[in-house]
Amino acid sequence: MRKKESNGVSRRTFLKASGAASAVLALGGCGFREKFFSSNDTLKEFIQRNFKEMSPEEIEEVRQRLLKQYKKKYGRDFVLGTEPPFPNVVFAYGLDLSRCIGCRRCVYACVQENNQSRRPEIQWIRVLRFKKGSMNFEESDHYYDPRMVPEEGYYYMPVQCQQCENPPCVKVCPTKATWKDSDGIVVIDYNWCIGCRYCMAACPYWARRFNFAEPEIPIKEINRNLHYLGNRPRMRGVVEKCTFCVQRTRRGRYPACVEVCPVGARKFGNILDPKSEISQVIERQRVFRLKEDLNTQSRFYYFFSI
Amino acid sequence: MYKVRHFFYQLTQRLIKGPPIYYAWILFLLALIGIGAYAYAQQLKQGMTVTGLTDQVSWGLYIGNFTFLVGVAAAAVLLIVPAYIYDFGPIKEITILGEILAASALFMCMLFVTVDLGHPERVWHLLPIVGTPNFPSTLLGWDIIVINGYLLINIGIATYLLGMLYLEKPENKWIYMPFVLLSIPWAIGIHTVTAYLYNGLGARPFWNTAIIVPRFLASAFCSGPAISIMAFQLIRKFTRFEVRDEALFKMAEMVAIAMGLNLVLLGAEVFKEIYTDTWHKAPILYLFVGLHGHSALVKWIWISMGCNLLAFILFLIPTTKKNHVTLNLACILIVIGVWLEKGMGFIIPGFVPTPLGEIWEYWPKTVEILVSLGILGFGLLHYTLALKIAIPIETGEMRVLGTLPVSKNGNKGLRGLIKNLYIKIQGIVNKDIPIPR
Repeated sequence: MRKKESNGVSRRTFLKASGAASAVLALGGCGFREKFFSSNDTLKEFIQRNFKEMSPEEIEEVRQRLLKQYKKKYGRDFVLGTEPPFPNVVFAYGLDLSRCIGCRRCVYACVQENNQSRRPEIQWIRVLRFKKGSMNFEESDHYYDPRMVPEEGYYYMPVQCQQCENPPCVKVCPTKATWKDSDGIVVIDYNWCIGCRYCMAACPYWARRFNFAEPEIPIKEINRNLHYLGNRPRMRGVVEKCTFCVQRTRRGRYPACVEVCPVGARKFGNILDPKSEISQVIERQRVFRLKEDLNTQSRFYYFFSI
Repeated sequence: MYKVRHFFYQLTQRLIKGPPIYYAWILFLLALIGIGAYAYAQQLKQGMTVTGLTDQVSWGLYIGNFTFLVGVAAAAVLLIVPAYIYDFGPIKEITILGEILAASALFMCMLFVTVDLGHPERVWHLLPIVGTPNFPSTLLGWDIIVINGYLLINIGIATYLLGMLYLEKPENKWIYMPFVLLSIPWAIGIHTVTAYLYNGLGARPFWNTAIIVPRFLASAFCSGPAISIMAFQLIRKFTRFEVRDEALFKMAEMVAIAMGLNLVLLGAEVFKEIYTDTWHKAPILYLFVGLHGHSALVKWIWISMGCNLLAFILFLIPTTKKNHVTLNLACILIVIGVWLEKGMGFIIPGFVPTPLGEIWEYWPKTVEILVSLGILGFGLLHYTLALKIAIPIETGEMRVLGTLPVSKNGNKGLRGLIKNLYIKIQGIVNKDIPIPR
């Protein structure tokens, strides 16, 4: 056995330790920690927590950081809200299949309103064309392209996130990056999503889209009224979907698709209010929901008014 | 202290010294890993658009390989049950090799899931306390727990048994047997939980059937032992490790039973869809005959069926089972057949048609194939290096007071002189060990 130094610390050890200590002091003294952490937005973004768990101060900090980011990237000022749900509000949607003419204005309005990527192209709403006589999804056409709509002998069914009460996507998400808020909207924290795409496999309505590449939005067309859980510009590698235009509906407005529909096929409102349009629709019309046997308890009610 | 130094010295010597074919193999694997890493770097740089995945088919080659490899890992239990429960001698000697194979397969599984993520750096979001795991409802969370747990069990048992052998101490049954017994239901567990991942999705009628749980287990018990049978023959050829033919034939028997069960269950699945004739038959039709003109997978599933059936017959008939040529042919056929059926042949039809009836055909792109090969290289490297240490310990060549790998002319000549001198000096300096002869 080698003889141990009997009188404590060796010279070499002392020199090593004091060198290290002075380095730490020097770094600390020049404000290294403040500089590194405060100017390093990427690091801050990396360590930020799940939106559901954030304190109001953390949310405000994230908001400011994102606004700074958007200003830098797009050269414009944005409005970024983090509004919580209204109390005593649960949103529901009605879609009159007798009126829908398959013009797809809702699809494009949604793309513009929600800052969806143009390249690669993402569209949250998918309009299906069925031949009159059945509702067989396998025989539907998603890419119909006639000169004029509506076409004789066909009817059209737009499908988007149904904001289910019993959502399979929320059930399977491994990180709770997606959840159902109290106003009924199923939202996604884009900074928390790890991009595993399990929710996409679980959704029975094919409502979710994945950012396979960095999304491209032309600066001239960008919508600057944002909500953290809704239409803020996303990054690659995360899932997104219809949020009932949370940036509009939590500020007292209608979703863009409801507003733009030229034939008034889309109805929207608070299902808890018996006097709202959607409550009237559910009461008076013969409403049905897609794939009801899957017990998703979708909040998207289809009906034929004529 | 000397013992620790000697262990690491022996370790490094064993890992870097070997016959020329060993060097060639390691270099080949490192090249594979390098190519895979480069391809993955492309994926990280440009995003997952470099893969063939789309919103319609959002899982593909990576998850298919993951599913196949979980099965390979679970098959280690097929060695443990006869070895420890039925005390079948020829297999007891080789269980450690099965456990090492399971560990390699599990590492590959975890790598495949990681490369499939859009944001792998955010994977810490799954951890408790720092993240928000969606426990208990998410099956992915359970899958991570059971897979890591099984990895720890296998590494733990193998390390303990090899460690005791190395230190020439008697192994304590009360320490390792509880874990061995635990690993039996746990092995069933890892593959059941992986099956539940798919089983629990009402949106995907092709997967939403209880039968995929026993089918996964049956096909796992085909592929894992088949790989083991081939690996053991290679080990037998290149090292002093003895694997008796009876062990191989016993494993082949179990594979035959498992494949028979697999075929019966497949028949049940196909019957249910075709006879009942609802819209839910679409994915099975797409797989076996094509759907509305789309038939990219048809020839592959029939190749898989052919491989499985032929392998089943070869494993069943005693003459072909005992003939080494046909035995190995059957093993290769089974690995191909099960990989096709359980990898791409299971994942892709789950997405075709989409829940809204759209048909989109998926085919893996070059990046995916290269990354998969890289991960395969990593798994094989782990398997090789682990065996390079485990086998000498098992055969007694590597021990705590053991000799180092014998060079070409043994301990003769100048080299041997220096070596013996070194050992003598060590013995004198470290008075606590006797000078080895």
